[in-house]
Amino acid sequence: MLTIQCPHCGVQAEETELSPGGEAHLSRFGPGSEDQDFEAYLFFRENPKGVHFERWRHVHGCGKWFHAARCTVTMEVFGTYSAQTTEPPKALRDKISEKRPGWTWRDIA
Amino acid sequence: MSEPVTPLAGASFDGLVRVTETGPQGMIVLRCPEDATDAREAATAVTGTKDPALRRAAVSNGTGILWMSPDERLILVPRAKSASTVAEMQAKLAGQHALVADVSDARAIFRLEGDPLMVREVLAKLAPVDMRPDHFEVGEVRRTRLAQVAAAFWLEQEGTADLICFRSVARYVYDLLCTAAVNGSAVKHF
Repeated sequence: MLTIQCPHCGVQAEETELSPGGEAHLSRFGPGSEDQDFEAYLFFRENPKGVHFERWRHVHGCGKWFHAARCTVTMEVFGTYSAQTTEPPKALRDKISEKRPGWTWRDIA
Repeated sequence: MSEPVTPLAGASFDGLVRVTETGPQGMIVLRCPEDATDAREAATAVTGTKDPALRRAAVSNGTGILWMSPDERLILVPRAKSASTVAEMQAKLAGQHALVADVSDARAIFRLEGDPLMVREVLAKLAPVDMRPDHFEVGEVRRTRLAQVAAAFWLEQEGTADLICFRSVARYVYDLLCTAAVNGSAVKHF
């Protein structure tokens, strides 16, 4: 059971109140892009054992999208942050480094 | 205009708590950017209450404002005044990036009354919300899930909870509340 704090309304939301939005920080490759990039954008997803970044929506609450960082092994939630960003905030990355030294995720560390 | 009709015609149930379909209740949704002071003032002008803080209700006697999300408020007014209030607010906010819509007929409203801890318990049976008295305060609005459907509730005072859901699921929600409040089902968790 996950409980994730919604950064918009501050509710400590239980998993069933949320809707998962898949992997975070994807770059879209649309019409006109290289086939390889388009394929990667559509199908290639991280499946890490450890630190992971995801999109969530507080669907039964305030209805807002946000990002969450969590550990797929322990279900520990490191933190949540705004949806209007292309990478996790520095403070959150530092916090994760304290708890999981040497972690990497895609090209983020 | 035709008379407003509530979905369950004011049904009520006595059990661990008293469940009543209240209403008709005028409900107006206001959506606007978080920093739109004009829109906030248009809302407070019609209700006479203040703009509620994060997750708060500013309601007295069925009139007031509920905090629904950073850019959404639900304005409660008497049912007979909802249409004129919408017109008044729309006129005030003409040309601005704001939405004012009358949703009175799209929602149902219920009231739970009784022993303060039992009111909390009935809600706790249905929603994934920490209802302990020191965690869920009077005047806090919680939009959440009631079994399988969306709902929002707040404690008007200890022992009185108001709950809003979509009209299309009014019967479902009423049946849920009655089942959770059926005599003999007290868990006495709190």
